[in-house]
Amino acid sequence: MRAFFAWLTLLLGGLFFLLPLAGMTEFSLKMRRGVYSFDAYARVFEDPRFWATFSYSLTLAAATIVFGVLLVVPTAYWVRLKLPQARPIIEFITLLPLVIPAIVIVFGYIRLYNTSSYLPLTGSALGTDILLTMGYATLALPYMYRAVDTGLRTIDVATLTEAAQSLGAGWFTILARIILPNVLVAVLSGAFLTLAIVIGEFTMAALLNRPAFGPFMQLLGANRAYEPPALAVIAFAITWACMGLIQLVTRLSKHERARG
Amino acid sequence: MPQAHPHRLPKRRLPVEWLGILPFVAFALLFLILPTMKIVVGAFQSPEGSFTLQNMFDLNTASIRSAYWTSIKLSVITALLGCSVGFAMAAAVVFGGLPKRIRSPLLTFSGVASNFAGVPLAFAFIATLGPAGLVTLWLKTEFGINLRAMGFNLLSFWGLVITYLFFQIPLMILIIIPALDGLKREWREAAAVLGATGAQYWRMVALPILFPSLLGTFALLFANSFGAVATAFALTGPQLNIVPIKLFAQIRGDVLGNPHLGYALAFGMIAITGFANVTYIVLRTRSERWLK
Repeated sequence: MRAFFAWLTLLLGGLFFLLPLAGMTEFSLKMRRGVYSFDAYARVFEDPRFWATFSYSLTLAAATIVFGVLLVVPTAYWVRLKLPQARPIIEFITLLPLVIPAIVIVFGYIRLYNTSSYLPLTGSALGTDILLTMGYATLALPYMYRAVDTGLRTIDVATLTEAAQSLGAGWFTILARIILPNVLVAVLSGAFLTLAIVIGEFTMAALLNRPAFGPFMQLLGANRAYEPPALAVIAFAITWACMGLIQLVTRLSKHERARG
Repeated sequence: MPQAHPHRLPKRRLPVEWLGILPFVAFALLFLILPTMKIVVGAFQSPEGSFTLQNMFDLNTASIRSAYWTSIKLSVITALLGCSVGFAMAAAVVFGGLPKRIRSPLLTFSGVASNFAGVPLAFAFIATLGPAGLVTLWLKTEFGINLRAMGFNLLSFWGLVITYLFFQIPLMILIIIPALDGLKREWREAAAVLGATGAQYWRMVALPILFPSLLGTFALLFANSFGAVATAFALTGPQLNIVPIKLFAQIRGDVLGNPHLGYALAFGMIAITGFANVTYIVLRTRSERWLK
């Protein structure tokens, strides 16, 4: 009896999640009258703006990931090794992006870094790109920091550091060749999650007026019928791929640990 | 002054070690704290730069009041529904005696769905429940049910509620499954030994233990929907009167005609989501004491 209700709950819940996915897939195939076709996808892939905005967002995601790793790994390592008393403060700061809505943060950017300020980042395209990358790094900070910090918890940071130091390694060598490889799985998880967040992000990119994938999707949604669901299918596939890759690297590392 | 020496030594060592987190602190200041402070300070400044509470009073117009009210209603309803449905699904998986194989796909799917927000999510729901959507057409041709004639419109408050649930429910599942796992079998057995029924166990043992994490997750879901812009914007465009959309329009084109009123609008958002999240953090630390 209990199993029956459990199945029923899961089935109804599953229906709620599957219907929109079925809906967008079906709609995206209906461009040609009467038959299913991939016309909408062809139309999307023919659009040069798709490739331009998509590669722009991909580049920004890569920059965000590189910057995030360079910022978070040394910080989390240092806090664990030398500054355990700073942990609560750092953790509080990394949680702030969940408290302050993205739209408020970007509003602050626009007012703080406008053309008449000390650091007029919004004055040039490159400056705005840097600002947007920093904004994305902020959005990803809670996830990135958590992932890396959890990864560091599983290794003995102090012993590894001392061993490396007694062999003559400097701080750079320790971080790049001892710590980073040991938390690689955590870093990769954080990286894929960052990619999933950044690739379709709308609010920050739109308000900073940058040609990113999110605003492009929104623009197409306002003007076309069949391309938007095709874009939704593509975006869903990317999110799914990111989550799948996180699972994959986690599982692979577990196998390796079991073998070693 | 012989005692001064041992006191000064640790003090002098301190700053060198704190230098290690300087890049992080600089980043947090420049791109998180100072921008937010700019908004908070601006909310209490007159256009000439002196301190004022006038902007707060100016928020009290019919349009802004209704925007906050709609936003709060939207966030409370989606958080409540998200929590209940998510809890039901999580409980079905943890206690329902379902095969173990279901769990991992459900968690993965929840991870995907909770991140599948924003513009594409709006497209998915338009293709499903919009005027020419899959479900709308199916109900019309198979059952003669006309959703539109029944007063349902996806591009409305309730349409937004249904759409937000797509990322609210999975977020609840992700957070609550570990909490349900933390309920020890011994507690249930102890309650049973003392003669408690299943309902009594839930009412007097399990729910009080889960209560902080339930309330905490509610706060997180609340903030999650309160700050969301992209889904609502892609679904309804700029016309729906909720706070994030209003702020979006204000940043783009000063629709309120007063930049400092924009700061005040944003400050109201921080105050509300901040309150929700502080509640979450406090309750979470309290619940983690039990769920070790």
